[in-house]
This record gives sequence, C-alpha cells and structure tokens, in this order.
Amino acid sequence: MAIHVKYFASLRDHLGRAGDELEAPAGLTVAEVWAILHPETPLPPNTLVAVNLEYADWMQRARDGDEVAFFPPVTGG
Amino acid sequence: MRIELRDQPFAPLAELADYQAGLDERLSGQYGATAIFIGTMRDFNDGDAVRRMTLEHYPGMTERQLQRLVEAAFRDWPLLDALVIHRVGALQPNDPIVLVAVWSAHRAAAFAACRFIMEELKAKAPFWKREEMTTGSRWVEHNTEGLLESTTLD
Repeated sequence: MAIHVKYFASLRDHLGRAGDELEAPAGLTVAEVWAILHPETPLPPNTLVAVNLEYADWMQRARDGDEVAFFPPVTGG
Repeated sequence: MRIELRDQPFAPLAELADYQAGLDERLSGQYGATAIFIGTMRDFNDGDAVRRMTLEHYPGMTERQLQRLVEAAFRDWPLLDALVIHRVGALQPNDPIVLVAVWSAHRAAAFAACRFIMEELKAKAPFWKREEMTTGSRWVEHNTEGLLESTTLD
C-alpha cells in the first residue's frame, strides 16, 4: 500500500525534508510507519501524529492512500 | 459561523465590526453578550527580544480542527454565532495573530465559550511559531499556561 507521509515545523527541519512516500505492506501502525522510515531516529518526545487530517493514536493502522503526518506540539494562537 | 486563515495582516476590531453588522440583520435583538479575544505578537519571549515570527500551519488539517473545536463550543453552550480569524505566514511585533469572538444571549456562555475556543485552539490547532531574534531563530516549543492558578471556571 502507498502511504503519503508529511513532517512539519521543527521535525521537518530536523529530518531535512517535508515528507516521504512509503510503499509498505498493509496493516502497519503509524508507529511502525515512523520506524520503517527512520530506523536511526527515535521519535522525539511529544511528537503528535495525524492520519487524514485527524489526530491519531500511535497504534492506529494506516490504510492504502492515507496521509500520515508527524509534527511537534502545536503553538498557535 | 466563520473561520478563516489569513496570510496578510488583519485589523481585528474592523473585522469584528464588519461581521457584527451582518449578524445584526440575522440576530437583531437576540444577543446580549459578545466575548472577544485578540492575540497579538509580542516583541519578547523567554527573555529574548523577538524581531519577527513565522506561523506555519498544516493546510487542510488546521481548518478542520478549528471547525471541530468551534462546533464543540456550539454543542456545549447556547451560542448564536462565532468568528475566528487566525494569521499564518510572516508576522511582526504588534501584528494581530488571532481573533475569537462569540455571541450569546448571556455573558456566562459567551465568556466560557470564548475561553474554551481559545484554549482548544492553542492545544489542538496545528500551527507552529518560529521566532527570529537578532542572534538567530528558533521554534517555539510550548505554550504559556492559559489559566492563572487563582482562576476557576466553575
């Protein structure tokens, strides 16, 4: 399945890119999506994850075509 | 209800006047309370002078989360209308960042809903601030506390 991955703010700067395209076996959790893409980079503490524009649990499973976004705590307002 | 992101400076009080003029036609005589919050960019943070700031967001998700939290306020309080405007892009000190306005029959709901929307926005809407000082730039890593220790909401 194809997963569209996005990174924002300090996490994007840290990784040096705004996203990845992942071709992966079905049924991966979003935590596993991170681990596959960044085997050398543990998730920074407090990182948030969203699937298809909604906040998600780390154990949520990604489906074909999903957009999975990783980002630091939000600081708007 | 109107929720907008703006990539250019805006004048919150003028926006408020314009919106309320339209609201008066629909809700004439119904609202007795308008609560507003305006957030403005400071020229200092964490002990450093801040010269400029960039507000990044997650297009699509930001609008959706704002819509969600305003709808939640409408479920919890008897609101008549709400207006939320939030900046993105390059800001300078004194630039307005956010306007939240709510209209209700009575002040209890207006005050409570305005604060709820603002605190939820700070906690959940995907915006990120990057500050530029004379010595370099940095991402803002956390929000200041929204409630004073002495504040009770019940």
